[in-house]
Amino acid sequence: MSKPSTIIEIADLEKTYYLGRVPVPVLRGLNLEVETGEFVGVVGPSGSGKSTLFHIIGGLTPPSSGHVRVDGLDLAAAGDAQRTRMRQRTVGFVFQKFNLLPTLTAGENIGIARDIAGHMDYDQAHFQEILGLLGISDRLHHKPFALSGGEQQRVAIARALANSPKILLADEPTGNLDTVNSQAVLAVLKDLNRRLGQTTLMITHNPEAAAFCAHRMLRMQDGKIV
Amino acid sequence: MVNRLVFQNLLHRPIRTLLSVVAVAVEITLILTVVGLCHGMLEESARRTRGVGADILVRPSTVQAAMAVSSADMSEKLVALMAARPPVELATGTTVQMLTSNLQSITGVDLDSFSRMSGGLKYLAGGPFEQPYDAIIDEVWARQNKLRVGESMPLWNRNFRVAGIVESGKLSRVFIPMTTMQDLLGWKGKLSQIYIKLRHKDDTPQVIAALKADFPGYNIYSVEEFTSLFSINNFAGITQFIRVMIGLGVIIGFLVVMLSMYTAILERTREIGILKSLGASPAYIVTIVIRETLILAVLGIGVGVLFSFGVKLLIERNFPILVVSLHQEWWLWGGLIAVGGALLGSLYPAFRAARQDPIAALAYE
Repeated sequence: MSKPSTIIEIADLEKTYYLGRVPVPVLRGLNLEVETGEFVGVVGPSGSGKSTLFHIIGGLTPPSSGHVRVDGLDLAAAGDAQRTRMRQRTVGFVFQKFNLLPTLTAGENIGIARDIAGHMDYDQAHFQEILGLLGISDRLHHKPFALSGGEQQRVAIARALANSPKILLADEPTGNLDTVNSQAVLAVLKDLNRRLGQTTLMITHNPEAAAFCAHRMLRMQDGKIV
Repeated sequence: MVNRLVFQNLLHRPIRTLLSVVAVAVEITLILTVVGLCHGMLEESARRTRGVGADILVRPSTVQAAMAVSSADMSEKLVALMAARPPVELATGTTVQMLTSNLQSITGVDLDSFSRMSGGLKYLAGGPFEQPYDAIIDEVWARQNKLRVGESMPLWNRNFRVAGIVESGKLSRVFIPMTTMQDLLGWKGKLSQIYIKLRHKDDTPQVIAALKADFPGYNIYSVEEFTSLFSINNFAGITQFIRVMIGLGVIIGFLVVMLSMYTAILERTREIGILKSLGASPAYIVTIVIRETLILAVLGIGVGVLFSFGVKLLIERNFPILVVSLHQEWWLWGGLIAVGGALLGSLYPAFRAARQDPIAALAYE
């Protein structure tokens, strides 16, 4: 059995934001390695830096210092264009607030992710299977306002997977859902990780949720993994 | 897919979309109407000049511009001298005075010779002059001023009786006896213009050359040459006026589109963040804003062309002496100008959207 490769390598990561001229350190020397296909749960109190860590791994913002390598790309050295390309093809985001475009249907929300990535080749049958797993095949012509929270989040998951990214970053994916829908979404994420072998990082306030899905659980506090 | 997003964005805020389209339409209407009015008035003047039936026009040396109308600086005796030349079939003089109130002119004519040259005025009501203070007006002037035969119209502190109403298209909208005009304006024995009709039109260049040699100092044109001067490009004042109006139109379109797109991208801050999280590049975001602007501009241009036909109808119904000529060539120019203004207006919102920080945008409520 071959040893899984490391897809995320982070060493001495620091990120500091500025409120006016006042520096606000959010990540303070964080170290992390994630292997391909791993499902990692990240828990921790508000302000511990979980979302900022995701934003850096997802290429939404550069690190202030330290070493961050995601699927071979050095994000500390990468420019905006490289991080943009990485968001198109390497990572998919799932947000707490679903973040669907309200003027487009569910199907169009998924389609626009492909359009942005430049209509990359993808396996239509495979994607249809994913839609079937998510249980939204018959909801694709509805706009977000006509979908339940659980359905919206499943559409958001489908959109995140539209370009077959290697990494799925789920930031509190059940934070806006009731218990039944939360369990359904967690089950889908766990199932997709098992079937697709996608590396998944999930932020949650709920240790039970992390325990249900994740191979490994990380606790963050004050900008570090403790 | 991006087109679908653009259309849905436009449909999502129909009032804003409508206002933007109307703003571009107003810009187009302003441009087409102003240009059309200038073209129309000049073309109408040229048409009426050609309606005289003359081949050659003689004007005093003091008058250079085509539309300029002098006092009367030429001797009446010139008419007989010119008419006596063998190639000349007929010559007639006129006196012309511009009315500053509406840029129309009153023309004094010798009705007998003028009618012979022009083929005669076609009377819709009434008839020729019967007394010195009679006027003949064309149907447009009658409609504009709500005048009928027998009613009086004031000119130079005198009341002229409307003797006849004629079809428009021959020289002027208002004719009075030339001798009356000469008396009233102190132009005894003087003329403003002389029209010459040749026995053979083909002789025009030679006759003009001969007249220029014999009567140096006068402006002598073929009627074709003279009417070709009735072009916007020959009138610096009109050209500048049109430029100012186009500039105002562009400013209106620019400001409204900029405001509209600026509010749109502010409202869609979160959506821009979503697109960026999906990997949308700055160019992709700019493209969305530009496409949206282009759709607004194209719709506005279409509506503006329709509006301009409506405005033309309104103007010509309420102010019959004003002629609006909507040239298709200017649909293109107006369209390009409007698209240019709209694109300029969209640049700042587009680049602001493209520069949005995705994390801040995603956190926007």
